[in-house]
Amino acid sequence: MLAVLGVLALAAYPWVFRSNYAINVGFLILFAAYLGQTWNIAGGFAGQTSFGHVVFFGVGAYTSTILQTAYGMNPWIAWPFAALAGAFTGWLIGVLSYRAGLKGSYFALITLAVAEVGRVVANSLPITRGGLGILVRADHRAANFQFKDPIWFYYLALALCLLAMLIVWRLTRTRFGARLAAIRENEDAAQALGIDSFREKVKCLTLSGGLCGAGGTVYVQKYLYLDPSIAFGVDKSVEMLLVTMIGGAGTVLGPLIGSGVLHVVGEITRDLGNSLPGVSNAQPLSIIVYGAVLIAIVAWLPDGLMGLFSRRSKDARRA
Amino acid sequence: MLSPEILFAGLVNGLMAGGIYVLVAVGLTLIYGVLHIINFAHGSLLMLAMYAVFFLWRKPLGLDPYVALPIVTAGAFAFGYLLYRALIGHFSHGKDENILLITLGLSIIIDNAALFFFTGDTQTIDVTYAGQMIWLGPALVALPKLVSFAAALAICILLGLFMTRTDMGKAIRAVAKERQGARLVGIDVEGVMAISYGIGIACLGAAACLLMPTFYVSPTSGHAFVLIAFTIVALGGMGSFKGALLGGLIIGVVESIGGLWLGEQLGQIGIPLVFILILLLRPTGLFGAAR
Amino acid sequence: MLEVRALSKSFGGLAAVDRVSLDVGHDEIVALIGPNGAGKTTLFACIAGFIEADAGSVRFLGSDITGLPPHRICARGIARTFQITQPFARLSVLENVMVGAYHTTRVRRDAADRAEEVAWQLGLGPQLDMRADALTLAGRKRLELARALATRPKLLLLDEVMAGLNPLEVEDVVAMVRAIRAGGVVVLLIEHVMQAVVSLARRVYVLSNGRIIANGSPAAIAADPGVIEAYLGHGAAARLQRGGLHA
Repeated sequence: MLAVLGVLALAAYPWVFRSNYAINVGFLILFAAYLGQTWNIAGGFAGQTSFGHVVFFGVGAYTSTILQTAYGMNPWIAWPFAALAGAFTGWLIGVLSYRAGLKGSYFALITLAVAEVGRVVANSLPITRGGLGILVRADHRAANFQFKDPIWFYYLALALCLLAMLIVWRLTRTRFGARLAAIRENEDAAQALGIDSFREKVKCLTLSGGLCGAGGTVYVQKYLYLDPSIAFGVDKSVEMLLVTMIGGAGTVLGPLIGSGVLHVVGEITRDLGNSLPGVSNAQPLSIIVYGAVLIAIVAWLPDGLMGLFSRRSKDARRA
Repeated sequence: MLSPEILFAGLVNGLMAGGIYVLVAVGLTLIYGVLHIINFAHGSLLMLAMYAVFFLWRKPLGLDPYVALPIVTAGAFAFGYLLYRALIGHFSHGKDENILLITLGLSIIIDNAALFFFTGDTQTIDVTYAGQMIWLGPALVALPKLVSFAAALAICILLGLFMTRTDMGKAIRAVAKERQGARLVGIDVEGVMAISYGIGIACLGAAACLLMPTFYVSPTSGHAFVLIAFTIVALGGMGSFKGALLGGLIIGVVESIGGLWLGEQLGQIGIPLVFILILLLRPTGLFGAAR
Repeated sequence: MLEVRALSKSFGGLAAVDRVSLDVGHDEIVALIGPNGAGKTTLFACIAGFIEADAGSVRFLGSDITGLPPHRICARGIARTFQITQPFARLSVLENVMVGAYHTTRVRRDAADRAEEVAWQLGLGPQLDMRADALTLAGRKRLELARALATRPKLLLLDEVMAGLNPLEVEDVVAMVRAIRAGGVVVLLIEHVMQAVVSLARRVYVLSNGRIIANGSPAAIAADPGVIEAYLGHGAAARLQRGGLHA
């Protein structure tokens, strides 16, 4: 019931706040929530904290963009290829890392290195136009996956966000999700109960990578520009991690709540900062606050904001 | 193909840079060995130290980086010590990943504080002897690089002596080996851990002074350095000094030769690739203990 | 049912398990006892697939399971508990047991039903919604048992499931294990708590320094001089014989 109201509220948002600015902010929040949700699948549910999730985003983004600009493919058709590319990357990283038995911090660091490899490769290949980046020719027609009015991207982001939440919710009610949670809590015990943790973790990373890659396409279609630092920069990895951890890793609503909170906090910090004398660009200040929030969450609220709620409803109804 | 002269020059320059990387890596491996912390803020702290060197060099102070070495090193030690006491110490007993996230948060704060206060411009310092070159066999090496290399190794030797000959050094090694046991024989473990972290950061202070004559600094420098440092420590083995020494030199050469062979852009792939290969094939590194 | 033959495992030159052979039949409870450090848990770990043995074989229901990974061992019908309990800390008791129940079904409803059934059977009914890390030690031991039982195993390996429990709690668990046996599950248990061994086991193997030194009924091995020596030290058997029970 509450969920329906929530969805309606989000759908009504662009009609209440009509300005392009507000709609774009809405897009950013929902899009960050979507990407965060893809991180949530691996990091929140399976406990695979990744520091380089942006690599899936970048691989997806470059796939659909190159197919579009260099091979003339229609971006809607290229979109699933982006998801496939992201899924394949997830599968590859999963197979290699888990075969080698990497977990915890080692896994986090190897994903970081993989993203860096992606950045360097994108910076060096002619097909990606290197550091110059790729400009997608503006041709604002729906058939071309470009919308002049940002409201369409807002709804697209909303749809993706809801889809991701639905997938994650399903996860909490299926065997796959239960197994991922078991692996997260105690991998040895999970194996003793018949769970092939290698296979499940690879499946998880593949799913996460595919969804994240799909997000890459959406981003490029909106901003019509892609370069290696956007595609593989560590900032996005951190943002995905942060919105999920603030909201609550391993929960359905976590990334959305976290994204909202993060952006609001960022806005406030930026406004406060810009109002200080002599300050021309307060953007880094808001990121400083993000860093502090990350520390605070890890230190005091490891279950995120959703953790505050679940402590109250301790009498969770039976399965 | 590359001619032997160019290759040799690349090798020599790589070793020169590698010497300084050793210093950076030694700090990281010390922190890991004693505190079992993967200090993600290592690169950012180095960047901060390099800015300190820059500001000391600027008028009105006008300090030469080599002259500033003791000051920056001492300052870095104090900063690290306080940082441990104020923040990191509280979390060093929990899960591995938590402290990684905390130091990630710290690095984000430091990087963006630098961006905010120092702007995104890269800064370099000009020392009068920067252009002086020395022949090392067929290779031409910038004098500051050679001096920095020698200084880095000298500091490593000093640090090694400190660790083996002094009481504090022995206490540190005791805590690294067996924390509980060290506590039982009366060692102030928390104090030792804070000092160890301080020493790790002091290494960064020294490295900053040795890097600035021939490098540049910008708020994003932290990223590159942290990956280099991690790769060296992974290659050498977490917690191993010998490993940091060998690893640093190897990585310096890999970076240099990689740049020569693959070009400036693609050459950057060398380090993350080495890191990935080590983790996949031999996570304990050359000298590390099995985890 | 279970045939272990000449199983050996060394760690850096020290033989933790030294050519151990044992059998567990189709309808019995067998106990494995021995002084601390004898190699019991290592033996379990080898059987359950967590450690790879250096030599020897393990056969279960006629097929060779030596060296299979833990999840395959579970698929064959062997479930184990851990000496130090390994709950899924942040999941509820129900969710914990459901992970085990999911071994035989994909359907959530069925897994939940099975989990509830097993939980009530082991006295965890009132705590179904409690977080696993909020349980007492006794509760966590039962949870280990419930989780393993939910996988519908044919053979249950229990590693010191009584450790740390007071005599009343031990009696409860003993009754549960008997009920489990009555339900058709074969049990091989490592135990220090002799009360449990004597009440439950038909046969007992004694492991000392990695080797089986005795094998028989609880009464027989209690009188075995070699066993007494293993526990009480060299010459203890002779001293006991000479001076009665107060040697």
